[in-house]
Amino acid sequence: MAIIHIDGKSYDVKEGRNLLEACLSLGIDLPYFCWHPALGSVGACRQCAVKSFKDEKDTKGRLIMSCMEPVKDQLRISVTDQEASAFREQVIGWLMTNHPHDCAVCDEGGSCHLQDMTVMTGHSYRNYHFTKRTYKNQYLGPFLNHEMNRCIQCYRCVRFYKDFAGGKDMDVFAAHNHVYFGRHKEGTLESEFSGNLAEICPTGVFTDKTLKQHYTRKWDMTYAPSICQGCSLGCNIIAGERYGSLRQISTRYNGAVNGYFLCDRGRYGYEFVNSPRRIREIAIRNSTLATITADDALRHLKDKLTGGRVIGIGSPRASLESNFVLQQLVGQDQFYLGMTHTEHDLATLALKILKQGPVRTPSMQEAAAADAVLILGEDLLNTAPMLGLAVRQAVRRQPTQDAMNAAHVLAWQDAAVREAMQDRNGPCFILNIQPTGLDEIATRAYHAAPDNIARIGFAVAQVLGAPVTVITDLTEEERQLVQQIADALSAAARPLIIAGYGMGNEASLRAAADVSWALHAQGKPAMLSFTMPECNTLGLEMLGGLRLDSAVDAVLNGEVDTVIVLENDLYRRMDKHTADHFLKHCKDLVLLDHLYNATAEKATVLLPAGSFAESDGTLVNNEGRAQRFFQVYGATGAIQESWRWLLQLGAITGNERLRHMQFLDDVTEAIAKRQPVFAGIDHLTPPADFRIAGQKIPREPHRYSGRTAMQANVNVSEPKPPVDDDTALSFTMEGYRGEPPSSMIPFFWWPGWNSVQSINKFQVEIGGSLHDGDPGKRLLEPNGNSNGNGHIPWFTDAPEHFVPMAGHLLMVPVYHIYGSEELSVHTPGIAERSPGAPYIMLNPDDAKRYEVAEHHQLQLAVNGHPYTFTVKINPALHRGMAGVPVGLQGIGIAEVPELGKL
Amino acid sequence: MLTATEISRIEHELQQVPVKKAAVIEALKIVQEQRRWVSDENVEDIATLLDMSADEVDSVATFYNLIFRRPVGRHVILLCDSISCWVMGYEGLRSKLMELLQVKYGQTTQDGRFTLLPNACLGCCDRAPALMVDNDLYRDLKVDEIESILMKYE
Amino acid sequence: MTEAPLTGHIKDGETLDLRAYEAIGGYQALRKVMQEMTPQEVTALVKESNLRGRGGAGFSTGMKWSFVPMDGKGPKYLICNADEMEPGTFKDRWLLEGNPHQLIEGMIISAYAIQADISFVFMRWAYKEAAAIMRKALSEAYAAGYLGSNILGKDYHLEMHLHTGVGRYMCGEETALLNSLEGKRATPRAKPPFPQISGLFGRPTIVNNVETLSFIPHIMNKGVAWFQSLSRTGDGGTKIYGVSGRVNKPGAWELPMGVTVRELLEEYAGGMQNGYGFRGALPGGASTDFLTTEHLDVPMDFTAIAAAGSRLGTGTMVVLDDHTCPVGFVHNLEHFFAQESCGFCTPCREGLPWTEKILYALEQGHGTTADLEQLDLHTRWLGPGNTFCALAPGAMEPLQSALKYFREDFERHVHEKKCPYGNHSH
Ligand SMILES: Cc1cc2nc3c(=O)[nH]c(=O)nc-3n(C[C@H](O)[C@H](O)[C@H](O)COP(=O)(O)O)c2cc1C
Ligand code: SF4
Ligand code: FES
Repeated sequence: MAIIHIDGKSYDVKEGRNLLEACLSLGIDLPYFCWHPALGSVGACRQCAVKSFKDEKDTKGRLIMSCMEPVKDQLRISVTDQEASAFREQVIGWLMTNHPHDCAVCDEGGSCHLQDMTVMTGHSYRNYHFTKRTYKNQYLGPFLNHEMNRCIQCYRCVRFYKDFAGGKDMDVFAAHNHVYFGRHKEGTLESEFSGNLAEICPTGVFTDKTLKQHYTRKWDMTYAPSICQGCSLGCNIIAGERYGSLRQISTRYNGAVNGYFLCDRGRYGYEFVNSPRRIREIAIRNSTLATITADDALRHLKDKLTGGRVIGIGSPRASLESNFVLQQLVGQDQFYLGMTHTEHDLATLALKILKQGPVRTPSMQEAAAADAVLILGEDLLNTAPMLGLAVRQAVRRQPTQDAMNAAHVLAWQDAAVREAMQDRNGPCFILNIQPTGLDEIATRAYHAAPDNIARIGFAVAQVLGAPVTVITDLTEEERQLVQQIADALSAAARPLIIAGYGMGNEASLRAAADVSWALHAQGKPAMLSFTMPECNTLGLEMLGGLRLDSAVDAVLNGEVDTVIVLENDLYRRMDKHTADHFLKHCKDLVLLDHLYNATAEKATVLLPAGSFAESDGTLVNNEGRAQRFFQVYGATGAIQESWRWLLQLGAITGNERLRHMQFLDDVTEAIAKRQPVFAGIDHLTPPADFRIAGQKIPREPHRYSGRTAMQANVNVSEPKPPVDDDTALSFTMEGYRGEPPSSMIPFFWWPGWNSVQSINKFQVEIGGSLHDGDPGKRLLEPNGNSNGNGHIPWFTDAPEHFVPMAGHLLMVPVYHIYGSEELSVHTPGIAERSPGAPYIMLNPDDAKRYEVAEHHQLQLAVNGHPYTFTVKINPALHRGMAGVPVGLQGIGIAEVPELGKL
Repeated sequence: MLTATEISRIEHELQQVPVKKAAVIEALKIVQEQRRWVSDENVEDIATLLDMSADEVDSVATFYNLIFRRPVGRHVILLCDSISCWVMGYEGLRSKLMELLQVKYGQTTQDGRFTLLPNACLGCCDRAPALMVDNDLYRDLKVDEIESILMKYE
Repeated sequence: MTEAPLTGHIKDGETLDLRAYEAIGGYQALRKVMQEMTPQEVTALVKESNLRGRGGAGFSTGMKWSFVPMDGKGPKYLICNADEMEPGTFKDRWLLEGNPHQLIEGMIISAYAIQADISFVFMRWAYKEAAAIMRKALSEAYAAGYLGSNILGKDYHLEMHLHTGVGRYMCGEETALLNSLEGKRATPRAKPPFPQISGLFGRPTIVNNVETLSFIPHIMNKGVAWFQSLSRTGDGGTKIYGVSGRVNKPGAWELPMGVTVRELLEEYAGGMQNGYGFRGALPGGASTDFLTTEHLDVPMDFTAIAAAGSRLGTGTMVVLDDHTCPVGFVHNLEHFFAQESCGFCTPCREGLPWTEKILYALEQGHGTTADLEQLDLHTRWLGPGNTFCALAPGAMEPLQSALKYFREDFERHVHEKKCPYGNHSH
């Protein structure tokens, strides 16, 4: 600790940070632009100037940039000093010389860091009276607007896009006061993280294009703290609504999970909520679909549910609450996990390893702090993008440390560190079936068949001391690679192993576990991270249930009368033929879902289910962290949360297990009580009766405008605002104005801080955790009793070497950040960026053998059914394999790996 | 497409630097030497050769004022407009040049022969005013010498 | 005749080739160093000589070298700053064109002192002739075994390359120069870390000016006392001074450190041209404060000029005569600086164009009293420490001193609503 003196007062602060962070952490308002807690300091904008004094006697002092000044004991500064304040005001004056002052028509207006800082410095009179320079803007694709005239040249965009996120297609051009931030040529920004520019840019240069389609000011939205449903990582988001449509997703800072950022699938994939394909009415199908009332539907279903055998099919994209209530409604023995059998196997295995093994699964921020990384068969940027971003940070750890030692710089001195480390990266090994976007930062990237990747993993484990069946037939190249990986992992202080669903290959998970356990046995705090296919796969697996195949069997055997499907399109869980067959044999099919999908076409009863924006619920991410999301707005029309529908079904059928359950808290309490793995999830967020100063937490900023007029075209008397009985959040602007508990922050706002930068005010220290801890609760901790091999035995058997099979292709999954996920493709921009038509990816040798070339059609039989695909050639793909883009619309195959016959 | 000469000269430069990127300015110079200016396509080709993105290359190319990202004439006139030449009345030369060539700064003559650019100090302040045509430096200039200088360039 | 070790052997318009240079004792210093001296001894000697950098800032050369870590693995670099783009400056060109081997020898000895592996001459693009001369000299030096491996039989290896720039004054700033050599935009780097610790490609690096490095062989040969005896003042050595503007004989001369402004103007530059009077001068290039008639007897060395409120800078003087408008004069300078700002930090990028626009408005007769206040403010706000590098503070030096010494002229522009000199169009 160091004692520093600021304007005559002394403070105890942490050494090693910079003075700007220290001041902000102390709650002192100091303006800044170019510094960002995740990007560090470069000293470009000169906005954060303060006066520094040599000692008590020094009265003159000199201006310093606080972001560039390391905190040292007995530092003596003044923030309020007249010269320092005048200089800061002048900096705004300079920045405004060319700024268009177009706040009234700027999307950033009202949530603009430049506005906030202008007010903070007191700059209110314009002295510059010459002409302004103007720029041409660029088309940057479906996600971002570009308005360069508003640029204040803080360089944050390029520093985030290039340096932090590894983007290549954006830069700064020209010099002096002509510098331009954009692309070499107009076109779509390709980075998976481009959307963060809208938050990184302190003014209105880069703004959210999807928001612009239905623009609303920040203060005019109703917000809720939510969780991204785009993949298994569970990034924290803020979702904003107005007039019954979801308008924007932005980052909800979580110091343990996603930090300051989101990926573009997460940020932009929300439009399905507003989709014209939404199921909004309750419908029943006789020969055609007819709308009915809720009462009629419940009465109709009461007969069905009490009359015959009922089974429920849950969903890895539905909340724990909805899955649980379904399970209770139909009974444990009638509850099926709605996953493909591969997903089911992988999830079961992953959970077993995480629950019983000795190695910890890291949070994303812990993963970013790893100093050596081994990835076995994951194309992270397409399967778990933000974890890919964490790996990008992890590879900088070792060189950063070296730079700090050699050049005596601190980690936040961003430019100095980058100059000292140049392009060096720490150890990172990426093994995958085809090249990945992260290969460029890998020490070695190796492309092989899934089983061969697993074998290399096992061989590494063996070198590290795991009792694995000796693997003999590695090539010389592979042997060297194995040794190199083993050496790097042994030399690291915090090695991280990543595997997951990306190859659909269980052996790679086992190998990953072995490697991490072997490192653990060497006494290292190794980390093991498994990606999961969907936002609640792990939660569903923890809840437990039967395999989907047995549901199919039960129905085909005629044992079942009614099937209740929860938020699931079964055509994504089985191939088209099986699904058709299965659904044909369901006598009654009750579907609760958001969108009119293929399963909905077969349903006999459709219940409109609230999306994440219209529901409260809990998800368990790949880390085993349970996190709560909240309704953004009261569902319109007949839509309600799935769990509420199911509770109503329970009530009408007199279900004992669901008795006394009515509200969200009742459900979470029951889950926690009945299933010990979920202990504590009833306290993830404060209960519905939680009040601060007797008040609820408002979902709307206190400047929310026009409430009394919003419905004036319908009725001049103001409607009664909806009441939220489930949570401590209110649907209005009335309520407690201060800081809410960290798990319930609907939006970041602080007096004088209208932009996202207000996050500073909610953190214990800058870039650290939120005031009362980062939200969420880890449900899985490593088995502390175990040592070395732990309570779970080592996996000793490596798979056989992959041998191509004559006349067959092993179809392996290929994932696309845009396109593979079911709901996000209903955002036009995401659909535009998806690869479109399904394809099959072949090695050139195979293509030659089967006499096809790029763009040709290839017919394959899978499970006896013919499929035709367009050929794509990829020399990195192993012979005998075929890459198939999972989840793309029209693919017809849901289950890979699978053998395809030519 | 870069020519074989360009590629081999750039590859020669690559041997002098520890990372490929470090040769980008040399590469731009080489291409400009051959073609007088650097087109978007050249930027992309250099990027490919140096394992960079076109954006990265262009970021560097557009920073430096003597990498021309727009076509220039067969000869480039760089007129020094810095302090000593200003004191010694370079403006007379400027007017004369503009009159003779019928161009403003940044423009190329109709016949594609000259491009006229202003330029910072040429480092011969004791012999001001001065200008450069391509690689040739002219010092102690008088307005009436301009015409005969221009005649030397086809 | 005063001794002129750096330039005395250079005949007008000619270049000393390797043979000519050796004939006048060239490379003897290198021989001596290689045979008799350790790197530490070389640095110590240079430190003792109190040689101060001739690139503008006047930092002690030996001191700078002594910060280079002498242990550790990996390459180290020595760079000769031959970017010379400061308006009004033309001294390095003389050395580069006249005696390239003197510089090369100086660089080899300096590189040896810091145990550098690779060295570069970073030369501005406009010096086409100098570049050709340097290229030839380098191949001569390689051929003679002064460069490459086992230099003069010693276990010391040095590569030397010529890099020619593609414009931008910022390239002369030593950290921006490093970025440019790395193939990046020439924006400056934060200090610390200093280049001596983390420089080119993140490795220890020394950047010195042409004139500074050219002195090294002479100091090795003749020692500290000799070096100091060259000077009339405490700052040792000779200095290349230059004068440009409306004088009779503009040019450059190597003279004892500490000749006075008057001597330079009258004895060497031959006095003002007929009909022109002296109003002031920038003593060391565009980024130094004006000296005026009251400073004519100030000795031109680092210390005395600083005491007179300016800087020795590069030692090449630009004269303001009494027919030339001081406002137009600084307008020309601020135009240059605004153009050459790299665009990285706010005050420089936005502040310089602002001052340029005000000065232009004044010249056009549109300036106001408020504009003058704005100029005053800018000279304060663009001062050292407030901007990222020294470009903008340098740009403010002529402006602030012009506002001080020639205030009346600025005010007349405002009140008369035109340029009272009327002799320059824009
Ligand atoms: C904007 C700017 C331009 C500069 N240009 C040059 C230059 O052209 N040549 C030079 O030697 N030093 C120049 N310098 C000074 C260098 O940064 C550096 O101090 C010098 O090269 C060190 O050499 P020395 O110690 O031998 O003087 C410049 C500095 C600044 C701030
Ligand atoms: S575009 Fe935005 S982030 Fe980029 S430099 Fe300009 S103001 Fe900063
Ligand atoms: S925030 Fe400190 S200089 Fe920009």
